[in-house]
Amino acid sequence: MIETKHVDFYYSGFHALKDISMRMEARTVTALIGPSGCGKSTFLRLFNRMNDLIDDTRVSGECLIDGEDIYHKSVAVDELRKRVGMVFQKPNPFPKSIFENVAYGLRVNDVRDKSFIACRVEASLRAAALWGEVKDKLRESAFALSGGQQQRLCIARALAVSPSVLLMDEPASALDPISTSKIEELIADLKRDYTIVIVTHNMQQAARVSDKTGFFMMGELVEFGETRMIFSDPVNEQTRNYVNGRFG
Amino acid sequence: MKWSRRFVERIIEGLFTLSGGVTSLIILLVVLFLFREGAGLFTSPSLEKGYTLCVHASNLTGEIDAREVKRIFDGEITRWEEVGAGEMTGEIDVFHASELPRVEDEAVMPRVLEEIVGGRRGIIAFLPDEFLPAGESVVKRLAAGRVTPGDFFAGDEWQPTVSPAPRLGVLPLVTGTLLVSFFAIILALVPGLGVAIYLAELAGSRARGWLKPAIELLAGIPSVVYGFFGLVVLVPFIQEVFDLPVGESALAGSVVLAIMALPTIITIAEDAIRGVPRALREASLALGATRWQTIYRVVIPRASSGITAAAVLGIGRAVGETMAVLMVTGNAAVMPRSLFEPVRTIPATIAAELGEAPSGGTHYRALFLLGCILFAITMVINLSAEFIATRGQGKGEGA
Amino acid sequence: MNKKLKQSIAFATFRLLGFLVVGVLFYILGFIVYNGAGVISWEFLTASPEEGMSAGGIFPAIVGTLCLVAGSVAIAFPVGVMSGIYIHEYLRNKWVARVIRVMTNNLGGIPSIVFGLFGMALFVQAFGFGDSILAGSFTLALLALPLVIRTTEEALKAIPGSYRAGSYALGAGKLQTIFRVTLPVAMPNILTGLILSVGRVSGETAPILFTVAAYFLPRLPSGIFDQVMALPYHLYVIATSGTDIEASRPMAYGTALVLVAIVLVMNLLATATRLRLGKKTKMD
Repeated sequence: MIETKHVDFYYSGFHALKDISMRMEARTVTALIGPSGCGKSTFLRLFNRMNDLIDDTRVSGECLIDGEDIYHKSVAVDELRKRVGMVFQKPNPFPKSIFENVAYGLRVNDVRDKSFIACRVEASLRAAALWGEVKDKLRESAFALSGGQQQRLCIARALAVSPSVLLMDEPASALDPISTSKIEELIADLKRDYTIVIVTHNMQQAARVSDKTGFFMMGELVEFGETRMIFSDPVNEQTRNYVNGRFG
Repeated sequence: MKWSRRFVERIIEGLFTLSGGVTSLIILLVVLFLFREGAGLFTSPSLEKGYTLCVHASNLTGEIDAREVKRIFDGEITRWEEVGAGEMTGEIDVFHASELPRVEDEAVMPRVLEEIVGGRRGIIAFLPDEFLPAGESVVKRLAAGRVTPGDFFAGDEWQPTVSPAPRLGVLPLVTGTLLVSFFAIILALVPGLGVAIYLAELAGSRARGWLKPAIELLAGIPSVVYGFFGLVVLVPFIQEVFDLPVGESALAGSVVLAIMALPTIITIAEDAIRGVPRALREASLALGATRWQTIYRVVIPRASSGITAAAVLGIGRAVGETMAVLMVTGNAAVMPRSLFEPVRTIPATIAAELGEAPSGGTHYRALFLLGCILFAITMVINLSAEFIATRGQGKGEGA
Repeated sequence: MNKKLKQSIAFATFRLLGFLVVGVLFYILGFIVYNGAGVISWEFLTASPEEGMSAGGIFPAIVGTLCLVAGSVAIAFPVGVMSGIYIHEYLRNKWVARVIRVMTNNLGGIPSIVFGLFGMALFVQAFGFGDSILAGSFTLALLALPLVIRTTEEALKAIPGSYRAGSYALGAGKLQTIFRVTLPVAMPNILTGLILSVGRVSGETAPILFTVAAYFLPRLPSGIFDQVMALPYHLYVIATSGTDIEASRPMAYGTALVLVAIVLVMNLLATATRLRLGKKTKMD
């Protein structure tokens, strides 16, 4: 379960997130939608503290995963990132073999047991619905895969370290429609085991895959609720305009 | 009006086109001239110009190769039996032109020579052409051997001014060059890479802001200044620390070259590291890797082709570096046996000797051929650096 | 915790390496400046060498280097800029462009001593220039050429296509566009490259050894067919083969400092040019 309480976020002088309070239940899919620059990606990146990598940023308020404040001094960032997997907008496999890509997260976390690694790699690739396509070429370069396969590989890579949360930052925006639908099916499968937060530009996609949807604008959470409600009968006027395609 | 402007424009555009090909033209000319001057080496006599080796007319020896000539005049071969081609026996009686008596009237010289040779059956004499007696004589000229490619490329002695038969083997020079350059890169690579990583990944923007230009500045300092520094600081230091008879050594050359190669290596390696896409770093960090794990498991492997190119280019620069090496390596043209002895590199040899080599002579041609070797080595190095760098660019373009 | 520790150790090592290397480089610079500063005086800069080059000044060498820089720039600049224009604005055949680019890079990678050999064979002997400013300038120009071509190309590349399109749309021809729009905008960057190549040319020794440099020539050149002394060669001579090496050491320190100062000034000038001219063209 993920929860934020009155979170504000600043890039040097810019107030990027304004007083966001939100609660995402375990084993659900939450979609974050909104126009470009509304802060939805920034919000997503709070949960694995990816924003720490940018100089001169500041966060206030509380950010809890399973009740623990992840911005507390005692939290080790790399431990947190192990628990919170992330899939990026563009597939970004490492210049390594398919196998090594998936094994990477285990290796950097000092897992040395070969049979365990092999086991996890297979399980993760199966979970990402990629195993059948790559099981005979695990030693080949990850770049030999198609874009859609690469993205599923990146999902497998994130799953290998057994996270409980999966963050997806527009995971299908760089893919063709067939690859996109495969990713969406995959999300529906993964929901059984993971808490998923997905940022998307594509409103049909949000409607298809998510249980709950949050609509962001200018750094504020305008409306948050059941996906069905957001798309059929939103409370807020701005949300209605956005989901009906008036702007954005 | 319009017509004349058209005309002028065509001329200017023609000039552009000509200039576009100018670098290719220069490289062609460099190859042409270097080879033209150098290739004559293998058709020129292996003896000093203007001199001939002579024996007594009764001596049946036909030709003596340059290596044997040198050993005879060095006193290493003392009997005719030891000379390869010929049936002559007995003690060898060596006579060098420098032993000729001074005479008032040069016209009597041929007679003097005949007397010298005629009186000694076992003689081998190195005599000036201009005074050799014409026609039938007791003085028999030996056919002059030519410098062979084998002598040149596989010879392990470089003594171009030894009389009567200069030795022009390039092995000591090539070995010296490669030894000094490779050791320089070994010295420079780790610190250079370390600084590149520091600059690209760790340094704050302020520190980077003044370090980068400072390092670029150091790349611009003339090599003669580095050489001078090496001469007054490094050479005495090395002499003292390693307790050597002289501080001028391969080691001194390598250290100076390493210092000179650092800016190149740092700049290129840093560019390569910074060129690694942000997405890759983020992916690694998002999996719980530390920054250091990300650097050595993802960033460095991805930047490896750029880093390799940096090292290769560094070697290329080191191989061709002249002045600094000339000033600190001691320039002894012998096969290097350790880093602590003086060595001589190809560029240093050219720089030190071309001024004294008579134009068009054997030595002169040999130096041009050395230039060809140097040109070929650096060309191969530069092309491979380019190949490595471009091959790396194609890698990892994702979807 | 284990991997945290590894990271701390690694990062500490890199910091240390960084400071160490930079320290060494700056030690060299500091050493030259410290030892040379005491030697520099008006007399040192304006007098001729005396007493076997262990006293007096380095004026003829300064003048010689200035002549060589001026000569080589006069040759390399126009040819290099035109070449850059051709490569970027005219050349459409990808294959030819690739060949030319590889050749230009390779020209930049040829050791300077090879240029010395080539200059001697071509300019000194084949063209009959003799050991002269002319032969030396041509040889040095070969070194500067790749740098000028590359900076010109980079400068042209940085100009947005819209500038050119705007000019064409007003009916300007290709050449007019180049001379009135493209070149003026690219000029600050081209000049930067030029200034840096001046720094490089003024410090080169190997190419001038056999094409122009004189061991000791205390008078000034009277024409382009004269030999001259030059700063880098002068430093080499008094550091290694002067009549009294110990006595001429201070002269050597002074000469080294002058050389370093030239490079320093050229670098600063290049930065200043980029900033100043860059601003001006933006405001236009």
